[in-house]
This record gives sequence, structure tokens and C-alpha cells, in this order.
Amino acid sequence: MKRKARLMQGNEACVEGAIAAGMRFFAGYPITPSTEIAELSSEKLPCVGGKFIQMEDEIASMAAIIGASLTGLKSMTATSGPGFSLKQENLGYAGITEVPCVVVNVQRGGPSTGLPTSPAQGEIMQARWGTHGDHPVIALTPSSVRETFDLTIRAFNLSEKYRIPVILLMDEVIGHMRERVELPDTSELEIIDRKRPAGNKEDYKAYKADEDLIPPMANFGEGYRYHVTGLVHDETGFPSNSSVVADKLVRRLADKIEMHKDDIIQWEEQNTEDADIVIVSIGGVSRAADTAMKMLRSKGLKVGTFRPITVWPFPEKRLEELAEKVNTFVVAEMNLGQMVLEVERIIKNKAKIERVNKVNGEAIYPEEIVTKIEEVL
Amino acid sequence: MPSAVVDKFFRTNKLPQIWCPGCGHGIITRAITVAVEKLGFDRDKICVVSGIGCSSRATGYLDFDTLHTTHGRALPFATGVKLANPDMKVIVITGDGDCTAIGGNHLIHACRRNIGITTIVFNNNIYGMTGGQYSPTTPKFDKGTTAPYGNIDKAFDISNLAASAGATYVGRSTAYHTNLLISLIENGLKNDGFSLIEAISSCPTYYGRKNKKGDAVNMLEWQKDHAVNISAASKMTPESLEGKFLIGEFKNSPEPEYTSEYQKIIDRFNKE
Repeated sequence: MKRKARLMQGNEACVEGAIAAGMRFFAGYPITPSTEIAELSSEKLPCVGGKFIQMEDEIASMAAIIGASLTGLKSMTATSGPGFSLKQENLGYAGITEVPCVVVNVQRGGPSTGLPTSPAQGEIMQARWGTHGDHPVIALTPSSVRETFDLTIRAFNLSEKYRIPVILLMDEVIGHMRERVELPDTSELEIIDRKRPAGNKEDYKAYKADEDLIPPMANFGEGYRYHVTGLVHDETGFPSNSSVVADKLVRRLADKIEMHKDDIIQWEEQNTEDADIVIVSIGGVSRAADTAMKMLRSKGLKVGTFRPITVWPFPEKRLEELAEKVNTFVVAEMNLGQMVLEVERIIKNKAKIERVNKVNGEAIYPEEIVTKIEEVL
Repeated sequence: MPSAVVDKFFRTNKLPQIWCPGCGHGIITRAITVAVEKLGFDRDKICVVSGIGCSSRATGYLDFDTLHTTHGRALPFATGVKLANPDMKVIVITGDGDCTAIGGNHLIHACRRNIGITTIVFNNNIYGMTGGQYSPTTPKFDKGTTAPYGNIDKAFDISNLAASAGATYVGRSTAYHTNLLISLIENGLKNDGFSLIEAISSCPTYYGRKNKKGDAVNMLEWQKDHAVNISAASKMTPESLEGKFLIGEFKNSPEPEYTSEYQKIIDRFNKE
């Protein structure tokens, strides 16, 4: 089958992927550099019978997608740094209430208003720990336009499958970059929908998990008449002050993701078989890492790359294995050192760890990674 | 039909509720169910959404699809529910602090959109759940645990705020004036667009005690003695209205509802 190639922006691919995944509700608030996602959603959703709403703020947008998802619509919002800070309140709510939804963060320079039109990766740790309390997180980091399409679909699938808000952690490089892409036919896509309850409506316990630790989910309006609360709740969904119930819930939420880590975690590696040096990066930086690797390989250096596709949960096991034979890991990221903390935690003293960091609003260039590696050799 | 309606619409296995003895919130919550009963709505198509605070705990006791959300955010959650599934009747239960302080921006925008949500504000003039701090509706110079020398903020008039922000049905009643309250909620639910019913409640535990308002009965009597129906007020002199407050239907001017306007956009593509 001949496919039509298109020149497309990362933000545009995100919307294409979302609609292909079944997104039928988007609530957002204008913010650079993610606004195209809202604009395109407003244009495309009504054409497929879906709904778009521009809310009064970022907090309200996050709230609205949770409400919409509870009625059964696949829902998404998109934002950038300052808005991502505001999303945190209801991200936590979606986490404890296990409401599937997708939150896109096209990272720009921070802190605060920072550099609105420039790339950064300053929210790697915020994506993990931004909302209060112990909670699991799934965050995906595309490094090309086509991968943005694929990972947006995957974000919806994981969100539906595990009943968890999934963060699509883009950066401005990927959001605004245009590439030639061929999108797959919708018939080729694997689309996952949330697990539905079986049995009598009267007997439905909204938070009674199956053996896979995931509770089946009924939609509002179907007659299940159940209660959803951000308070600690038992398997019926009603609040409880019991220490036993609290412990069980918070641990189940964490275990729900831990148990399925192998299904969730993805990474990509190149030339690691013989590598002495491995460049670790995500998103837009991985493109520079690829070029840097090629430049160094041409000079005869054994350099490979390691790119977490799920930055959370982090591909811990594979990195540990690599540390058995790799001498040096070079962690390149557009921040002052966030992902490197995870790399250090995993590798400990099994290998040398070097950092390439940039926070001036420019992308990391391949030469900067090359220079760093030549320096430390 | 007092007990029948409680039996029918309350999750009676969750009772007794957590509110203090003498709190006005129970009366108001029951009034909502009476209005629903009178209108004969399909209960499986009703969603009740609340925020955080004493009033917002009401959702736990009501046997519908119920959504107890984050502080101040009931309206945007409810907006998501309503826009995603316009067939549902969406009711928001909120308090004076939840709705007009932390959720104030959401309130005015929900009013402006005229989205089909009926909001019942349980106004007890205080933050009860956290122990009696002054709220945006604590009368000037009254006391709260964070206003030990008297509150110097001017109070919000929630009903007028909602009416001027674009709500198409607005009314106010009290826990004492239950029949009026029920009929206002009923009319609010009949309105396709955004309705706001301000229900003056009473908090003998915090607001009452801090401000020497007496016990629960004294506070309900105060409502009886100080509320003036808007129809009667037009015939009264300014002097005789001094220290009183108005109850009744303040605004009833239907306009096209938000989700049906959105449906028109979708329909354009269905035709093509």
C-alpha cells in the first residue's frame, strides 16, 4: 500500500496520534510551545464527533479531562512548563482515582516563565514527583515526529490499560520540528480500551482490583452509580481513615505499575555491543547524540547510545546490564542534571558517569557531546 | 415525603453523615433530592460533583454517580462530564470558600459559558472543615479563627456575582425556607443552561460560636427573621430592609446552552 508522505510538526503528529488512538475530548489553555496541539484538536475533534473546550486555566483543563474520561471518552490536555506546574494538583487526583487520561508537556526553558519559545528538559523530575504524595508515573519521551505519533497512541493505550494518567514528555525541539512522515493506516494500529466491569451493576465495587491490580472501570451514566473521591478510599470507592486501607491503596497504586514494568518500559540502543562509551539521552537531545556517536565512531571510538523511551518508569534493568561492560556513560540533557541522578542511582560506581548539560535555551549540539567525550577520555 | 426521599436517594448505609449536630447542610442536601424526585429524572443519568469542604462531603451520601473532586474544582470537573455526555443532568455541590475563593475563577467562567450545570452553593459564611477561618462570605467585622480581631474583607454576594457573570437562572434561599429552596432547585434543574442556587446554611460549631449567634435553633430563627422575599422587598422601605437579606428567584432568563451550541458544530460535519 502506498502511503502519502507529509511534512509535519511534532505537535501536529501528537494530535494525529491522539485521534487515531480514539481521543474524543480535549480541554486546554493556550501556552507556548504546545498551543498547536490545542488548535488542531479544536479543528479536528468536531469532525469525528469529539469535543474540544478551551478552559479558563490549566487547572480547569486538567479537571475537565478527568470528568470527561469518567463518562468514557478518551481525553487529553497539552501544556508547557508553567502550565505543567498547575496540572500537578489534578494529576494527583487522576492518579489516586485511576482515571485514564493523557497529559502532554512540550518542555520549554524554565524556571517560571523562563524561555517560552526555547527547548529544555527541565521537567524530567517534575514529571516523576511533581504532584504530592507517593504515586507511580508513566512518562514517554519521543525523539522524532513519527515517534510522537506512535507514542501518543501508546500513551492512550497505557493510560487505558493501567488506569493511570500518562505524561507525554516532549520538548520544544520535537514539538516544533518538521519532518517528512508516513503515518500508518488506522487498521494497522493496536488500540487498547479500558477494562470494563462484568456482573451485576449493584455488586460493582469501583476500586476492587483484579489479580493484575487494575480495577475494571464503569462509565458515569451507565447506571453503576458509584463514588469517586481523591480521599483515600477502600475498594467500594468510599473514603476511609483506616491505616490498613490507606496502606493497601497507596501500595497497590505503586505495585500496579511495578508489576507490569516489562510491558511498559521501552528503550532504544545503538552500537552498545562493543561500546566503551554510551551516550544516554532522551527527546530532542537523542538526535544530537546519534550524530555525535557517528562522528566519534568515524574517529575509531567505540561509542553507543542509550535512549529511554519511557523515562518513567526508567529502563533500569537494561542500564544495569550495560554498566557491566561499559566504561563511561555520558548523560546529555537540556537541564542542569536530572536524568543523570537516575543513571547514577542505577549504575552506582560500576562505571564512570559524565554530564553534558545546557540551560541557555539552545538545543545541545553533537559537537558539544563530542568535545565532552574527547575531554574525558 | 421526608423519609421516603432519603431512603430512595441517599446511600443510607453511609449514614449518619459527618456534619456537626445542628448544621444546616443536611436540610439542603435533602432539598436537592426532593427536587430531583419532583422532576422525575432518570437517576442513572444524574451526576453530582463536589469540591472540598463540609458541603462537598454530601456527594458521598447521595446515590447517583458522584464525584468528590479537588478544592475549588468541582465546576471544571463537572464541565468535563457535561460536555462529554450532555445527556447527563449535572449537579454541583459546593461551599462559599470552595466556590468563591479557590474556585472563584471557575465559577464566573461556568456562568459565562451557560453550560448545563445546576450549582447549589451551601453558604455557611465560614471554612468549617478546617476549623472556622473567615471565608469570602464572612460578613465584614465578623470573626473567624484567622480573623480574631474581626474580618476586614468585604463579603461576596454570590447570587449577584453569578447573575452578572452570566448564569441564566439564579436564586437564593435558606435552610429555614426549605420549600422555597426546593422550588428554586427544581427550577434551576429545569433550566437548560447554568443555574446557581445559593442556599444559606448555618454553622453553629464555628461561625455561630465565634460570633455569638446562639445554637442551631437560634441560627435558623435568625434566617427566618432576616430573610425577605424579593417580591415583598420591592414594597418595603430602605429603612425596613436594613440588616435584612433577600431570598427568592433573582434571575430567570434562559439562553442557548453551551453543549447544545457545541453540538451544532458537530452537526455541521455530520451533514457533509
